[in-house]
Amino acid sequence: MTTSFRMLSSVKTRLIAIVLAGTFGPFAGAADLRGAEAFSSIADPNERSRALFIEAGRVLQHPRCLNCHPVGERPTQGKDGHPHSPLVVRGPDDKGAIAMRCTTCHQTANYEQSGVPGHPLWHVAPKSMAWQGKSLGQICAQIKDSKRNGGKTLAAIQEHMAHDSLVGWAWSPGGNREPAPGTQSQLGSLIAAWIDSGAACPAP
Amino acid sequence: MSISLNINGTQREFDGDPETPLLWVIREEIGLTGTKYGCGIAQCGACTVHVDGQTLRSCSAPVSAVAGRKVTTIEGLSSRAAKAVQKAWVELDVVQCGYCQSGQIMSAIALLEKKPNPTDTDIDHAMAGNICRCATYQRIRAAIHAASSQLTG
Repeated sequence: MTTSFRMLSSVKTRLIAIVLAGTFGPFAGAADLRGAEAFSSIADPNERSRALFIEAGRVLQHPRCLNCHPVGERPTQGKDGHPHSPLVVRGPDDKGAIAMRCTTCHQTANYEQSGVPGHPLWHVAPKSMAWQGKSLGQICAQIKDSKRNGGKTLAAIQEHMAHDSLVGWAWSPGGNREPAPGTQSQLGSLIAAWIDSGAACPAP
Repeated sequence: MSISLNINGTQREFDGDPETPLLWVIREEIGLTGTKYGCGIAQCGACTVHVDGQTLRSCSAPVSAVAGRKVTTIEGLSSRAAKAVQKAWVELDVVQCGYCQSGQIMSAIALLEKKPNPTDTDIDHAMAGNICRCATYQRIRAAIHAASSQLTG
């Protein structure tokens, strides 16, 4: 009984995984991210700063980051940013609705048995930090605006990008999810260099 | 290493793999089969239990995640909201095949215990992760309102 139950569940889970993989398309491995040194030959600080942010934007606009920075009530998922399934809403604290909390399904770590990703701080970004559908220039301005970035200084932004463990999940997403490009440390270095060069933003 | 569990107020010890899904332990080790296996990937809600009063999909949580926490299955319900839901479910004859209903009821009770007078939107958001292939959704929503009337009337 126990064996047949487990076999059934295992086969069913694999079949569903195959269907989902077909839906989402093949995932490649992590892409490279250029380091800050690759931009040192750009003499003009503003131009260098914008180039650094554009490179960092390859992470910020990656599905692992964008999916949980929704404009509306619902996060998205997958490489194609389809609506989260099952239907979930951000709720009053960005951690879900009553009886349908993020923690109803997401535990403190990725759970390979069910394929559901996890982290102790799982939640969607506040509405003021919505990135979906915005240009990189708009995201840049948003990140710098303390009224919209949770009252963070640029130094705090760099610390968040470089060391926040939920941000770090983007490079260890589990399953067949494509990680964000490069490493979190590289992102931290790019953001530090962007700030040092004047924190210029690309055109909106 | 043994994991201490509190299931429906009873202390249990589990000696297996800490990554074993909680649902497996509840059904196969403890023998509480009211909680159902549906999809195994947290998409259907049939395996819903309460952990410290919050809903949790037991197919998608390692048993180690609930060590030292209070787990309640459909068999262990006894609150005022639980009794109101049970009464409403019977009076409105909500159930058709019944397979999903354990999970539906667990979510409905978790909602009513936090918000005794929910709106249709509250209900839709709370119940969105509980799928019913008999499509009893209208009766489920009506029964939650009926249970709410019992609790708040």
